[in-house]
Amino acid sequence: MLTGILIIFLFIVSLLLFALPNSKHIKTIALLGSLAAFGISIAMLFQFLNDCPCVLTFNPDILQVLGINFKLSIDGLSILLILLTTFLTPLIIFSSFENKREKPRAFYALILLMEMSLVGVFAASDVLLFYIFYELALIPIYFIIALWGGKDAKKITLKFFIYTLIGSLLMLVAILYVYSLTPGVHSFAFNSFYNVILTGKAQSWVFLAFFIAFAIKIPIFPFHTWQPDTYSTAPTQGSMLLAGIMLKMGLYGLIRFVLPLCPVAMKDWGFYAILLSIIGIIYSSLIAIKQNEMKRFIAYSSMAHVGLIAAGIFAGTFNSLEGSIIQMISHGINVFGLFFIYEIIVRRTNNGNISSLGGIASKAPIFAIFFMLILLGNIALPLTNSFVGEFLLMLGIFEYNAYLAFFAGFTIILGAVYMLWMYQRVAYGEVKPATENFHDLTKQEIIILIPIIIMIFWIGIYPSLFLKIAEPVVRNIISMTNIIPN
Amino acid sequence: MIDFGYTIWIPLIPILMFLFIGLTGHKYKPVISGYLGTLGLLTSAALSYYTAYQYFFNVGKVAGVYEKIIGFNVTWLRFTDTLHIDLGTLLDPISVMMLVVITTISLMVHIYSLGYMKGEKGFARFYAVLSLFSFSMLGLVLATNIFQMYIFWELVGVSSYLLISFYYEKPSAVAAGKKAFIVTRFADLGFLIGILMLSFITGTFDFKTLTDPNGAAIMQGGSAAFLGLSVMTWALLLIFIGGAGKSAMFPLHIWLPDAMEGPTPVSALIHAATMVVAGVYLVARLFTIFALSAPVALEIVGYVGGITSLFAAVIACTQNDIKRVLAFSTMSQIGYMMLALGVSGYGGEEGLGYMASMFHLFTHAMFKALLFLGAGAIIHAVHSNNMTDMGGLRKYLPWTNITFLIACLTIAGVPPLSGFWSKDEILVAAFEHNKFLFAIEFLVAGLTAFYMFRLYFNVFWGKDRHYHHAPHEAPPVMLFPLVFLAIASIFSGFIPFTSLVTSDGEAFHVGTEWIVAIPSVLIGLIGIAIAWIFYKKETAIPDKLASSFKLLYKGSLNKFYIDEIYLFVTKKIIFALISKPIAWFDRHVIDGFMNSIAFVTNFASEKIKGMQSGQLQQYAYVFVSGVVILAFVFIYLLKF
Repeated sequence: MLTGILIIFLFIVSLLLFALPNSKHIKTIALLGSLAAFGISIAMLFQFLNDCPCVLTFNPDILQVLGINFKLSIDGLSILLILLTTFLTPLIIFSSFENKREKPRAFYALILLMEMSLVGVFAASDVLLFYIFYELALIPIYFIIALWGGKDAKKITLKFFIYTLIGSLLMLVAILYVYSLTPGVHSFAFNSFYNVILTGKAQSWVFLAFFIAFAIKIPIFPFHTWQPDTYSTAPTQGSMLLAGIMLKMGLYGLIRFVLPLCPVAMKDWGFYAILLSIIGIIYSSLIAIKQNEMKRFIAYSSMAHVGLIAAGIFAGTFNSLEGSIIQMISHGINVFGLFFIYEIIVRRTNNGNISSLGGIASKAPIFAIFFMLILLGNIALPLTNSFVGEFLLMLGIFEYNAYLAFFAGFTIILGAVYMLWMYQRVAYGEVKPATENFHDLTKQEIIILIPIIIMIFWIGIYPSLFLKIAEPVVRNIISMTNIIPN
Repeated sequence: MIDFGYTIWIPLIPILMFLFIGLTGHKYKPVISGYLGTLGLLTSAALSYYTAYQYFFNVGKVAGVYEKIIGFNVTWLRFTDTLHIDLGTLLDPISVMMLVVITTISLMVHIYSLGYMKGEKGFARFYAVLSLFSFSMLGLVLATNIFQMYIFWELVGVSSYLLISFYYEKPSAVAAGKKAFIVTRFADLGFLIGILMLSFITGTFDFKTLTDPNGAAIMQGGSAAFLGLSVMTWALLLIFIGGAGKSAMFPLHIWLPDAMEGPTPVSALIHAATMVVAGVYLVARLFTIFALSAPVALEIVGYVGGITSLFAAVIACTQNDIKRVLAFSTMSQIGYMMLALGVSGYGGEEGLGYMASMFHLFTHAMFKALLFLGAGAIIHAVHSNNMTDMGGLRKYLPWTNITFLIACLTIAGVPPLSGFWSKDEILVAAFEHNKFLFAIEFLVAGLTAFYMFRLYFNVFWGKDRHYHHAPHEAPPVMLFPLVFLAIASIFSGFIPFTSLVTSDGEAFHVGTEWIVAIPSVLIGLIGIAIAWIFYKKETAIPDKLASSFKLLYKGSLNKFYIDEIYLFVTKKIIFALISKPIAWFDRHVIDGFMNSIAFVTNFASEKIKGMQSGQLQQYAYVFVSGVVILAFVFIYLLKF
């Protein structure tokens, strides 16, 4: 019930913002709307915890054509990702308060529309509904980047759009194919899909289609080239949405569809998928070392972390799946933190080039401390959030294949190399002309950073709550991957 | 029976101090943070002493054997009923001994820094991070399981990073901090994989289960083999890589000399007495498994220790920066401890090396911290690290002179100071098990005496240098720790380690082996004598020797070019030959390929422009029908 309310509420707020005249209250309305959405999802969480282990569903019995249901249901995985979405969106909106954007109402309306689609993706319990939301999410982000983006925005968004569209088409074909095989009256409901038992060969094709679709979104090497350009040209809020939440759609899809639908293909091809992910980890870490522009740097470092998550999902063990879920949350939080740090630096210096920065720690010590804490979260220091996730992922991948785990482990070293080197050049050393007048954090910036820091340490120190929520889903998925056709 | 639950407060008090100083430090005068940190550590130290007393003399011993006692325990992550990660405190002879070492040295450093760091920018930050370090190190030694150890292991690494790069406006300090962190993290990858393997083989992280000599963990692991060694051996070797990184064993030692960029009290605490022995502690912690199910791994530990101790001692003979001499000396002494573990067996007198290693760890902590703090007093007086800027300081720094001399005599193994006793036990253990390693250590004993007295004579004797102002003795707050540690260095050799800290918890008895002790004292005295002839008054002998053994001298002076090799590999190979081309490849080849597809598409679309009507319905129609056709083709024509 609440899920439906959440989606409809976000839709209404978004429409309202489109309709209102441009004024300085637009921001506030958007912020309040997203905070209310966060409130609703917290209520959902409590409802969910009380009902555990059953799932919340919302099925208004409309649109029952061709077996399409407007059915939403919430399990542990959904609720965690919805919470991530509704937790980050207010922060993303708040982080833009300092910026002067043209056409603010459209900007904020699109962000909320985006939030709505993302909640829909994570809540849908019908494959076609999932697909619709999945595609719908593309539209607001497309406009956000194209209209408010930097240099070459049009060209780069087109590239981004084409990339993701190709993936989506492949996915649609696979969805329709599986739909045609659903037993009884054809239906798009998740459960009907899960009842389909595909032959080995068919599984390979379905696996390939889904893999490419999600690999583009995540992104997995070599389908990633849209990402650095898009991140660097997008307005920072756009990058936050993309990296913080949107790419989780791909990882979510892997867990929801690829593992249950293609267990045999996973046995045949999973190894190569992990291999690609791990190549991507090392490859993008090595590139990150050489990046000078901070946004591209963040893009490549994010790709390395996400690669490990993808590898863990393909490994498909209990520990690696638990790790992947918790790491999806942690990555969203950390990457938002990094982009916000970037935003603060750019606000003060108009400059995102690492080589022209320096000595910030002596000018703005509090900023340097927050920066360091977020950085420690990113390099998976124990007692921070990514440590829990990355450790479980490593453990799971190790159970799958010890050699792969060894190579995946390079993310631990290389992550420290590029992060610390970046920090050294930005925060330490001599003050450069660009950082001459760098003032310390404002109250507003501290308000945004504090929830991030709290989450970094909360998940790091007491991860049991999150793991407990995720556990039934993981068990469920694993039980489905054990079904082997004759 | 006493409840040891309170032991959790020993690490908790420093972390609370860290949070308190970190959050409120800017509100009051910096010196207050210093007092707060010191007070916190004093409390932890008092608790540690109380624990040591209770453990060793009251309740630790059950039927003549020291037991492993879990003081406090909480489950952090649960995988299965048997495999879970706990956080807690484990008390056994080595952890209790380490509590005493860490809190003592840390307390002395806290007190000393009140004087040494006075007036420094970032005084409060210094004390906050010092507390963080104490927390991490105490959590490390108290770990009930290998995973908890790994957690605190990493936290120790970060505290060390923050303290080395304390003077963050100085590029060399920042670079050194980063280097220390990355090199040890590189080693930690081995540690992590090793932990995963070990838990995979044995199904537990728990030290108590792992190191039970009759337990299942010891029995397994011999079975599967890889490249001629059992899987257990591989797991332990990987774990040892982690230990070698933290303990600066060759060839992972390159970070330690650079770490001297940090404030001197930090070098005393972290890079001499506590953190760098974490690797030794790790091997000692897992000693039962090493000795009983992977003797090959233990042998390798011994050889790595031996090589490191010789290598570092040779370099220490030619360095001119006093802190670097001490850094190499630390490496060399830790090599001793590793070697002692390597030549030890399990149980009774067989475990002599184990006992000797822990004994030496204890005495070394005292005299090496003393040496570093003394060096701090010298640097404080002459504002330079360089030996060539010093000379004749005994007149100006009487207290520092005396305490430094005691430390030098201790490390040189002159009886009856503590260094003699512990080093002698190591030599005996080596003599009985491995003559080759014994020979190395014997040589190192002479070298140690030589380089320490080279340092001593150069600094305190010889001619006065040109000083800007007359060097003055350090304030009492800095002298107190020197005197305290000097007393500890003299007397700690009389602690009966054979009945307190042994490999199997049972007491055993050894007499002094004069056949080893007399020559080792003699070679120490010879080293001192040579240094006396060379350096007490300035002579031309060292220069002559240097030019006649030019190759060796140059190699030693340049630390055998290991740094250059690393630099070449990282900068010239990884950065320039891998990273940069890959970045280019990504931009131009992979992206270019995708773009050229787009270009072709664009070109094609120009040709079929006519289809562009701008009508949304038409697009939707084409889109949907295309999808349907594709699906149709898939389902009915390809029929897979």
